Amino acid sequence: MEQAKMTMLKEHANNIRLGALEAVYNASSGHPGGSLSIADLLSYLYFAEMKVDAKNPNWEDRDRLVLSKGHTAPALYAALAEAGFIPKEDLKTFRHVDSYLQGHPDMKHTPGVDMTSGSLGLGISAACGMALSAKIRNKDYRVFTILGDGEIGEGQVWEAAMFAGHYDLDNLCAFVDWNGLQIDGPITEVMDSTPIDKKFEAFGWNVVMIDGHNFDEIADAVESFKATSGKPTCVVMKTVKGKGVSFMENQCGWHGSAPNKEQYEQAVAELTANN
Amino acid sequence: MADKIATREAYGNALAELGEKYDFVVLDADLAAATKTGVFRKKFPERHFECGIAEGNMMTVAAGIASTGMIPFVSTFAMFAAGRAFEQVRNSIGYPHLNVKIGATHAGISVGEDGATHQCNEDIATMRTIPGMTIINPADAIEARACVEAAINHDGPVYMRFGRLAIPTLYGDDYKFELGKGVMMSEGKDVTIVATGLMVHKALEAKELLKNEGIDAEVINIHTIKPLDRDMVIASAKKTGCVVTAEEHNIIGGLGSAVAEALSETCPVPVLRVGVEDQFGRSGKVPPLLELYGLTAENIAAKAKASIALKK
Repeated sequence: MEQAKMTMLKEHANNIRLGALEAVYNASSGHPGGSLSIADLLSYLYFAEMKVDAKNPNWEDRDRLVLSKGHTAPALYAALAEAGFIPKEDLKTFRHVDSYLQGHPDMKHTPGVDMTSGSLGLGISAACGMALSAKIRNKDYRVFTILGDGEIGEGQVWEAAMFAGHYDLDNLCAFVDWNGLQIDGPITEVMDSTPIDKKFEAFGWNVVMIDGHNFDEIADAVESFKATSGKPTCVVMKTVKGKGVSFMENQCGWHGSAPNKEQYEQAVAELTANN
Repeated sequence: MADKIATREAYGNALAELGEKYDFVVLDADLAAATKTGVFRKKFPERHFECGIAEGNMMTVAAGIASTGMIPFVSTFAMFAAGRAFEQVRNSIGYPHLNVKIGATHAGISVGEDGATHQCNEDIATMRTIPGMTIINPADAIEARACVEAAINHDGPVYMRFGRLAIPTLYGDDYKFELGKGVMMSEGKDVTIVATGLMVHKALEAKELLKNEGIDAEVINIHTIKPLDRDMVIASAKKTGCVVTAEEHNIIGGLGSAVAEALSETCPVPVLRVGVEDQFGRSGKVPPLLELYGLTAENIAAKAKASIALKK
C-alpha cells in the first residue's frame, strides 16, 4: 500500500478510536475494548473500500455493513461521524436519553446504520438476507459484517454460515474480530470458539487469516473476497482488545466499562500522540 | 356454507395467486409441504428460498431482505415462528419495524396427533407484546386469502396465523376484508360473543344453541387481534352488557386478554373466556381434542349464560 493511503487510513482509525472513547466517556457507559479492536477495519472499509454516500445513506445500491457485534456501536458511530454521515459533536450524546445514538445500533434513527443489531448472532443472518436480495435482483453491492469471537458461540451464527455457504453468497464478507477476550474471560476459557478458520471452512467459506491492525493484510483479505466467486468469505482477524490505549490493551475489564476522567485524558493523550 | 378448507391451504393458494400481481419472495424452513408455501414454490421456484431447519436464521434473513426494500413472506409452524424465533421476530423485525410477513401455520390445538410440542397456544400472546406488530387470525379460507393481500399492502410487520384443520367457509367471494376492523357476523342484544379463527363458526353454532333457549347473542369475528377493533367491541359490550371470548389459544394473553383489557379500561362488564385453560395440548384426533379443551359451541353457549348471570 502506498504511504499516503496508509497515513490516511491510520489517521481515520485514530480518529475513530478517539470518537469511540469520547462517546463512551460521555455516556459513562459502553464498550471500549471491542470498539478499539475494530477501528482499523472500520477505517479501511469506510475510507478505502465501501461504496457508500454520506449524503444519501439509503442509496439502494450502496455496500452494506452490519455490525453483528453491535455493542461496539461507539466505533461504528465514530466511523460514521468521521465519514460525514452524522455530526461529530453528536458522539458525546451516545446512550443519553434524548439522543438518537442508542446503546446498540438502530437503523431507524441513525443515518448510515444499515441494520439494527446488538443481540448477538443476529447480524450475520441479516447480512445473509441483504446478500441474497442482491443476488435475487442482480445488484452488485457487497455486504460486510463484523462478528465477535465470543459472539460466534451463538448457534444462529452457524445457521447463517450454513445458509451463506448453501446459497453461494460470494457478495458477503464476514470479519471475525479475534481479540481473544469475552466478558467473563479469555474465549479459550469461557467457551472455546477456536479453530475459527476451520469451522468456517467446513461451512463452505473462503477463509483468510490476518492481523486486523495491518492495513496491507486487511487490503489483501478484501482482495481475496473480491476474487472469490461461488462462496462467501470469512476474514479471521487477530486483534488486540483495547488496541491503541496502553492500559486497555488485552484487558477483559475494558470490555464494557467506561474510563474515568483521568483515564480518558490519558487515552486521548496517547492517541493524539499518534496523529 | 361451502366446502371445508384449511386456512393454511388458502394461504398457499393466495401466495401462488398473488405472486403474479405482487413482487415478494417466500422463505420456508423445511416445511413447505405442510405450510403450503410449496404451492407457491411450484409456480415461482426462483422466488422461494428454503432455509432448512433454522427458524431463527430465517427470521433475521427475512429482516435483511426487507431492509433492501423487498417483501419476504416467512413460513414455519406457529410454535417455531412465535416461540423459538420470538427474539429474532422482536429484535430483527419488530424493533426496526421491517416489512416482513410471517405466515405461521399449525397454530393451536387443532394440529392434532403431533401433540403438545407442536400445538402452539401462545403465539398471539407473544406477538401481541411486540410494539407495531399486526396480528391476523382468519376465520376461513376466504378471509385467509384476503388477509394475505392486506398484509402485502400494509407497510410493517404482520403475523398471520393459519390452521391445519379444514374448517367451514363462512364468507362469499364478495367478502371485503378490512385490516383492523371486526366483522359483525350476527347482531343480538343479550350477550356478545367475540371469536377469532376457527372459533368463529363455533360461535355461530353457539348462537343457534342459545336461540333455542331464548337468548339473543351477538357474534363478532375479530380477525385482526392487533390492532384490536376496540370501537366495535366496546359498542357491542355497551349494548349487551356482557361478553364471552372464544379462541383456539391459551386464555392467557390472546383475544380474551385483549378484549378484557379494552373493556376494563372503558366499559367494565363480565368477560368470560373460552380457550385453552392454561394447559399444554396432547395428541389425538382433532374433534375429541376440541371437546377435551372446551373449544366447542356448547362451551361457548354455557359461558354465555354464565356471563349473562354475572350482569349487574
